Amino acid sequence: MTSVSMTVNGKPVSGEVEGRTLLVEFLREGQGLTGTHVGCDTSQCGACVVHVNGEAVKACTIFAAEAEGAEVTTIEGMAEADGTLHPIQQAFQDHHGLQCGFCTPGMVMSAAALLKENPQPSPAEIRDYLEGNICRCTGYHNIVKAILAASGQDANAIAAE
Amino acid sequence: MYNFEFERPSTVEDAVRALAGDEAQALGGGQTLIPTLKQRLAMPSKLVSLTGIDSIRGVCVADDGAVCVGGATTHATVAREAAAAYPALAALAGQIGDPAVRNRGTIGGSLANNDPSACYPAAALGSGATIVTNAREIAADDYFQGMFETALEEGEIITEVRFPVPQAASYQKFDQPASRFALVGVFVARFAEGVRVAVTGASAEGVFRWHEAEAALAKNFAADALKGLSLSADGMIGDMHGTPEYRAHLAGVLAARAVAAA
Repeated sequence: MTSVSMTVNGKPVSGEVEGRTLLVEFLREGQGLTGTHVGCDTSQCGACVVHVNGEAVKACTIFAAEAEGAEVTTIEGMAEADGTLHPIQQAFQDHHGLQCGFCTPGMVMSAAALLKENPQPSPAEIRDYLEGNICRCTGYHNIVKAILAASGQDANAIAAE
Repeated sequence: MYNFEFERPSTVEDAVRALAGDEAQALGGGQTLIPTLKQRLAMPSKLVSLTGIDSIRGVCVADDGAVCVGGATTHATVAREAAAAYPALAALAGQIGDPAVRNRGTIGGSLANNDPSACYPAAALGSGATIVTNAREIAADDYFQGMFETALEEGEIITEVRFPVPQAASYQKFDQPASRFALVGVFVARFAEGVRVAVTGASAEGVFRWHEAEAALAKNFAADALKGLSLSADGMIGDMHGTPEYRAHLAGVLAARAVAAA
């Protein structure tokens, strides 16, 4: 066992981990942050996407020890302390960007990474960026609309084209 | 996954020392190795992460114009930082996996693994790159030695990959959409002294140079110059995604597209 320390959603945390402990296990089982989901556990589906030092990564494919000293943001860190949703979360709610909701934490975290890189993405750029996030409810269309809306673009006009 | 010790040294020297033990293995971004460990297809006693070594991260341009990429540089960084100096290389890096994979996966990890369907081997062989390790420099022509086989010795670390920049180049990848690897990918590069064509995803021996295409393109760098040329299906990969004949045909199509796009 080795000890790791990192900042998760702005709070310093630490814990004892094995070499093989994945970051997603550290977050879910060690920190109780179960918003980050494990869908496939093979780095295909993207349900486990979190930000490590500002970059979207699949938390099932990075060891906790690799995040030593890192700033980690999970879906729990997106809303305000008073419960006000992050604009991307709000847009997912407004545009029905989810059905069962299992993929949603990863979708929101990937969307946040996209908008940081590209604040006004086109629908094609959004679809391309979400290549590593799978929605088994096939709700992609409304997810794209939600991300357009979150970026300040008129989701309905573009979707009607 | 079997358990292992984990080390994250901050210098190449410390990494080489840590890798000297039995059953120790280097860990790049882990985008292939971690799934492999989960399937218990590898059982290292120790993983030595190379991502804490600042000196082997980043992209720069050498005095001779070559683009130098540190071994632990992520695909996302190459896609961003090599875009001006070597657009075809940056474009290739920007098509590997998906954005989250590109934020972790490294060039050194990809080249050390030498997956027969990976993209970077095509860029390294197609550019005539030099693979620099902690111990020596290896020409790409000598580096790739078959599926998952390279010239690297046990414990040897890729510290840098040096790409001569061609006059024109393009990588054309036919995606296998589930894995996001290349079903077939072709890298074409035109240099003053000749043309190089590297094919990945097709041969069971891994990336290879298509010499006939190189000779034809050296005379006439145009997609038409490839007309009438074909690769044999012998030794090509055949699986549920494509037959050997299909892959051989695809290599010709993609080579022509790469020439047209270069």
